Amino acid sequence: MSPDAPEIDETDRRLLRLLAEDSARPASALGRELGLSQPATWRRIRRLREAGVIAGRRLRLDAAALGFGVTVFLGVKLSSRQRVALEEFERAVGAIREVQRVEHVLGLYDYRLRVVARDLADFERVLRRRIMTLPGVGDVEANVLLSEERRAGPL
Amino acid sequence: MLDDLDRRLLRLFQADPALSTAELAAQAGVPALKAGRRLARLQEAGVLQGQGAVIDWKALGYEVAVSLRVTLDKTQPRAFDEFLAAAREVPEAVEIQTFLGRVDVRLSVVARDLAAYRDLYRSRILTLPHIADIESLMTLAVVKDEEALPL
Repeated sequence: MSPDAPEIDETDRRLLRLLAEDSARPASALGRELGLSQPATWRRIRRLREAGVIAGRRLRLDAAALGFGVTVFLGVKLSSRQRVALEEFERAVGAIREVQRVEHVLGLYDYRLRVVARDLADFERVLRRRIMTLPGVGDVEANVLLSEERRAGPL
Repeated sequence: MLDDLDRRLLRLFQADPALSTAELAAQAGVPALKAGRRLARLQEAGVLQGQGAVIDWKALGYEVAVSLRVTLDKTQPRAFDEFLAAAREVPEAVEIQTFLGRVDVRLSVVARDLAAYRDLYRSRILTLPHIADIESLMTLAVVKDEEALPL
């Protein structure tokens, strides 16, 4: 376990589970569920936020209803693994609007990208014009997302 | 169905889900009542489904994050269902995704350290049903994490 990881107790865990489900709930409602006063709940939330455990909030949107019918995960291999090449690739790929997530990984690929597009034709356009033209791109593998579940995790 | 104002509100809200309706309305340049009605309508239509806190597992002491790419034995008709049901019982799996492509299912798992990951991999992952092949990608760094839709 990392030395800087904050001590969290069972109440913190329950609080994190509730917030991961709904981050818009007022501290008073959360406190009632946890048997805490509103100020005590608020202090715990602030502590978890300051420790970086709560990294932010994310809206849950129906991507398809908003016209983004396709999500694709790409495994990307770079043709060169020199530091300059990695930095240049990261800067360029991060600037593409359709690229939602970029992970530098160790394994079969160098990078994992999450890409949204309106449909498969739109995805092909993004892939050809924006991604395959990035500096240093080698092999690319695409997998189309069919379903996705976010779990509470080890809380 | 969605007009420019809907998109503008969602764009602003997406950038900062902590904003109140009044703050969103002010930024979008419309009366609060109007913004509130629009957001309520988007909620009713299921477009706006809610919001959740993003948990940083690293900050909680989970130093290792691995993306496991699983290919299933598709000769078993119930392979997907049974694999998914069993994977949901693994608390360390924070994301479960299914795909069309070379990979069938992907699990994102977190562990406190490499030793814990090795135990998890042997005792809970390799024992999941109907695995034909499994590949691991270890996350070294998250370069971009917005998951914002380009509205």
